[in-house]
Amino acid sequence: MSATGKVRTIDEIVGSLESGMTIGIGGWGSRRKPMALVRALCNSPVTDLTVISYGGPDVGLLCAAGKIRRLITAFVTLDSIPLEPHFRTARQTGAIEMTEYDEGMFLFGLYAAAHRLPFLPTPVGLGSDVLRVNPGLKTIRSPYGDEEVVAVPPLAMDVAFVHMNRADARGNAQYLGPDPYMDDLFAKAAERTYVTCERLVDTADLAKEGPLQSLLISRSHVAGVVETPNGAHFTDCVPDHGRDEGFQRLYAQSAGDPERWAAFRDRFLAGDEAAYQDAVRVWREEDR
Amino acid sequence: MTETITATRAEVCAVACAELFRGDGEIVAAAVAGFVPMLGSRLARATFEPDLLTTDGGPVLSAGPVPLGRSATEIEGWLPFRDHLWLVLNGRRHVIMGPSQIDAHGNTNISCIGDWDRPARQLLGARGGPGNTLLNPTSYWVPKHSARVFTEKVDFVSGVGTDRGAHDLRAVVSNLAVLDFETPDGRMRLRSVHPGVTVDEVVAATGFELAVPDEVPETRLPTAEELRIMRDVLDPKGLREREVPS
Repeated sequence: MSATGKVRTIDEIVGSLESGMTIGIGGWGSRRKPMALVRALCNSPVTDLTVISYGGPDVGLLCAAGKIRRLITAFVTLDSIPLEPHFRTARQTGAIEMTEYDEGMFLFGLYAAAHRLPFLPTPVGLGSDVLRVNPGLKTIRSPYGDEEVVAVPPLAMDVAFVHMNRADARGNAQYLGPDPYMDDLFAKAAERTYVTCERLVDTADLAKEGPLQSLLISRSHVAGVVETPNGAHFTDCVPDHGRDEGFQRLYAQSAGDPERWAAFRDRFLAGDEAAYQDAVRVWREEDR
Repeated sequence: MTETITATRAEVCAVACAELFRGDGEIVAAAVAGFVPMLGSRLARATFEPDLLTTDGGPVLSAGPVPLGRSATEIEGWLPFRDHLWLVLNGRRHVIMGPSQIDAHGNTNISCIGDWDRPARQLLGARGGPGNTLLNPTSYWVPKHSARVFTEKVDFVSGVGTDRGAHDLRAVVSNLAVLDFETPDGRMRLRSVHPGVTVDEVVAATGFELAVPDEVPETRLPTAEELRIMRDVLDPKGLREREVPS
């Protein structure tokens, strides 16, 4: 008997989501973000989401589409462009609620959720306004001494999205770039994890694509997998492709102005993933 | 005959940033605030702090100091974000960050301007500021010294100051001066002014009362060798000059 096939479509995955869910999004800033799933989520009826992300344009697009009720993050950035325009607008108009952590506290929240721990202790946050704006964060005294530490609660999530370089039909997933980010922790912290990948390969070929250590996510943590070539666009997904800096600039410039944003949305975001990739190809030809 | 050295303001700033790492030994120099501190960290490693660990801006520890904007060709280690965040707790790290606001005790803000509940201007978010400042030696780089940045009160404390439990706030390098916290109450003090800058200029561009010693020395000039390394080796494209207003 063969293992359960987990190949899905983007529509099947997004169609399985419900409003009000907590969704974790892998990657980091404008790096290896599961943008194909994010784009589909923006075009779905799902709303009122709590989003957990080391934020980049994933957060920006979801803000622009009005999908986020609460954002849990340590930052939102486009990396080569420091500030994310749609996120800024959402915050400045009061459109979203936010839970703002330090990057390391956020990591501990993921570790706690991934390992079913009630919290993880860290001194990080003490003295800063992160504690002021998160009155729910508690501190505890070490049972071995006098040290007071922050008890970071688990960042548990209903669903996680991650984008990887390779995966097989069973859901084993592999990164080939220089940084795994926290994608395995997202996968373990979620009830269901969906992996998009640049290329689906036979299980036997995974070890030919990269070293053992690159096999970051086990199928036991994956509910579905879908091949989305260029699916992290316009974020970085080395070695398959770098960040599309020109397109990211277009995105950021468009986001600063309602009319230009409407034009950008109509041109690139109104259709499905294939339509998006086609529109990007046409733009690239014109831009040349 | 003594050699006359003509250094740009950016080069003086880069050397001042390099000086931040003097005596640090075998730790990671995490200069995340821009080209000038990144150049400074690599210059320190290329000259008086050869045991420093530096990156090429990505997750690799380069075998030697890499020119700005170039990838490492020789690699001595791997430091993906997750390990970087653990290293904050481990402590063998000195970070240079860039504040949007900094107050007299070195509390810094990169999160938002205005009321956090509904900010007038949303910025990056707290990032690693709370952990960095609580657990690691921390310095700051301010490319445009003004009373908007050097402010009486920061709107959000992303990085903790000397009055809130900072581990070790070393110094602030700006385009005008070097400042530190070596006063009895941990308030900011003017350590040196860059050549061509007056004490009054720095005081006028600072939005709180700065501790000013009777004698304020000039920030040292780069040596001929430091200039050669910056210009010919580490930053031949002159990226440092883009960051400092002239």
